[in-house]
Amino acid sequence: MARDTELHLRDRLSRLKSLGLLRGASISGELARLQRQLERTSAPTDEEIWKHVELARHVDRPYTLDYVERMFEDFVELHGDRTRAEDPAMVAGLGRFGGRTVALLGQQKGRDTHERIRRNYGMTYPEGYRKAMRVMDLAERHRFPIISLVDTPGAYPGVAAEQHGQGGAIARSQALMSRLTIPIVACVIGEGGSGGAIAIALADRVLMQENAMYSVISPEGCAAILWRDGGEKVKAAAALKPDAVHCLELGVVDAVVPEPEGGAQTNADEAARLLGEALQSSLEDLSAIPGDELRRRRRARFRSLGVYASSTASTELSTEAASARK
Amino acid sequence: MAEHIDISIEHKNLPESSNNDKPHPNTCPKCGSHYGDEELVANLRVCPHCNHHFPVRAMERIKQLADEGTFVEDSADLRSEDPLEFFDVRAYTERLVEAEQKTEQGDAMMIGSAAIERIPCEVSVMDFAFMGGSMGSVVGEKFARACERAAERGVPLVSVTASGGARMQEGILSLMQLPKTVCAVEDLKDSGGAMISVMAHPTTAGVLASFASLGDVMIAEPGSLLAFTGPRVVQQTTREKLPEDFGLAESNVRFGHLDAIVGRRDLRPYVGRVLRLFSNNGA
Repeated sequence: MARDTELHLRDRLSRLKSLGLLRGASISGELARLQRQLERTSAPTDEEIWKHVELARHVDRPYTLDYVERMFEDFVELHGDRTRAEDPAMVAGLGRFGGRTVALLGQQKGRDTHERIRRNYGMTYPEGYRKAMRVMDLAERHRFPIISLVDTPGAYPGVAAEQHGQGGAIARSQALMSRLTIPIVACVIGEGGSGGAIAIALADRVLMQENAMYSVISPEGCAAILWRDGGEKVKAAAALKPDAVHCLELGVVDAVVPEPEGGAQTNADEAARLLGEALQSSLEDLSAIPGDELRRRRRARFRSLGVYASSTASTELSTEAASARK
Repeated sequence: MAEHIDISIEHKNLPESSNNDKPHPNTCPKCGSHYGDEELVANLRVCPHCNHHFPVRAMERIKQLADEGTFVEDSADLRSEDPLEFFDVRAYTERLVEAEQKTEQGDAMMIGSAAIERIPCEVSVMDFAFMGGSMGSVVGEKFARACERAAERGVPLVSVTASGGARMQEGILSLMQLPKTVCAVEDLKDSGGAMISVMAHPTTAGVLASFASLGDVMIAEPGSLLAFTGPRVVQQTTREKLPEDFGLAESNVRFGHLDAIVGRRDLRPYVGRVLRLFSNNGA
């Protein structure tokens, strides 16, 4: 699988090189970074994986609205699920991106204590997913492509969240995304925390920032269950392999979005520029595909994910369908 | 009296009970009645005394639900791989071998064609005994295939779930089984097919947050825990006071997440009735 990663990166590298011819030197920084990325496609060490986890959760890491502010023009935030409540942990809205109207979804963490509590640390209630679904419906009707920015420790584990149907809301949000006929691009920009993340990440293209993490369970939760000791989080993270390179290898994400040297928190403007370029190029790739075909390929993409063996045939790999996607 | 007080103080500091202290699986945890295996099987593993629903293994569930001799298993040959080379205190591959030896199942789900009350259908049934019914690549693939077979044959799918959620040992790939199974259900629905979701104890986390919640008709067994996050974690994380029926089927039906709670003795005729309504000729 490492070879596929390499091919993928090379492919992206060559595309960037051709872009570079058109857009001049602005892209050379990214070229250099991709080149470095290619050099270290050999799997990251346990310590490197933990460093990614720490960067993904860094208190100064840009959040959804930091990117919106830098990438969108005329952004109008939309509030409320039209049924019960407004969930500040989920941001939704419309804005101009790359010269056209795009719908934006994304979890939002808070910067200071007050804001963190108001945003519930980016942990969405069912109402947040229902708000996202309402905006997806709106986007479908008006043919607005969707950009979804994933950044959550997970869906909120509380009594009211359960009573209001957390599991069903996550399931239905995915189901709706699988029915849409408009282009959807998702990017994990920080923590891709399990069900809470996938609820808004059933997209045509799934991107992941270089230092983001995407995992079925937090390293702490995994350590508490399997090691019976939450302190074994570094080992758990190493076992879960939630880093971008591993996710790319497994076919879970389609491309890794580079960050400024040292991580996105060192230079939000540059991080936003790099993210904006990646989102724009994904949307351009998808714009020519008819809606029905988009939906068919989107479902086929997720249908193909998984690694298993059968005693009558050789191991089927996710990569098989990954090539069929193209 | 004094003796009682001494005992309770001592017991406070006792270590948690080891596996050997666990009650016998045929002893009712609710009323303490003990049964022979044959007696329990004959009662569909429902306590005749207090109506407690014991867990049911996949094959036995199919025997309870499907018309005799109609079940033909599909994709029994699928086995988990270890894409992450996952190792916690033990290797995932070791856990898999042990689970297969213990349960005589290839993974945590059985699928195949069957008839329920003479209505042909496809069934997918989870087995909690296999690694807590956790959903990894094999469960996801089997469920997706069950949806495809149902669509090809133009019959409804009856899904019975019992799962602790996604299988951690397959890391992010286990999370990807959520969208995978969701897409499969949507394909089935687009083909005009129906899905009946029967949720047994426990149906939680990744399985509740994907295909189990997408049934055209949603049924649960009495007393089953149906929660995205279980009570222990909610309590630890939020320190909220939990209602007595937190996450149980009875609470879920009150909050509007279920169509019905159906006791196991009534399950087969109930599912049959629903299937007849979805079949074109109404036969």
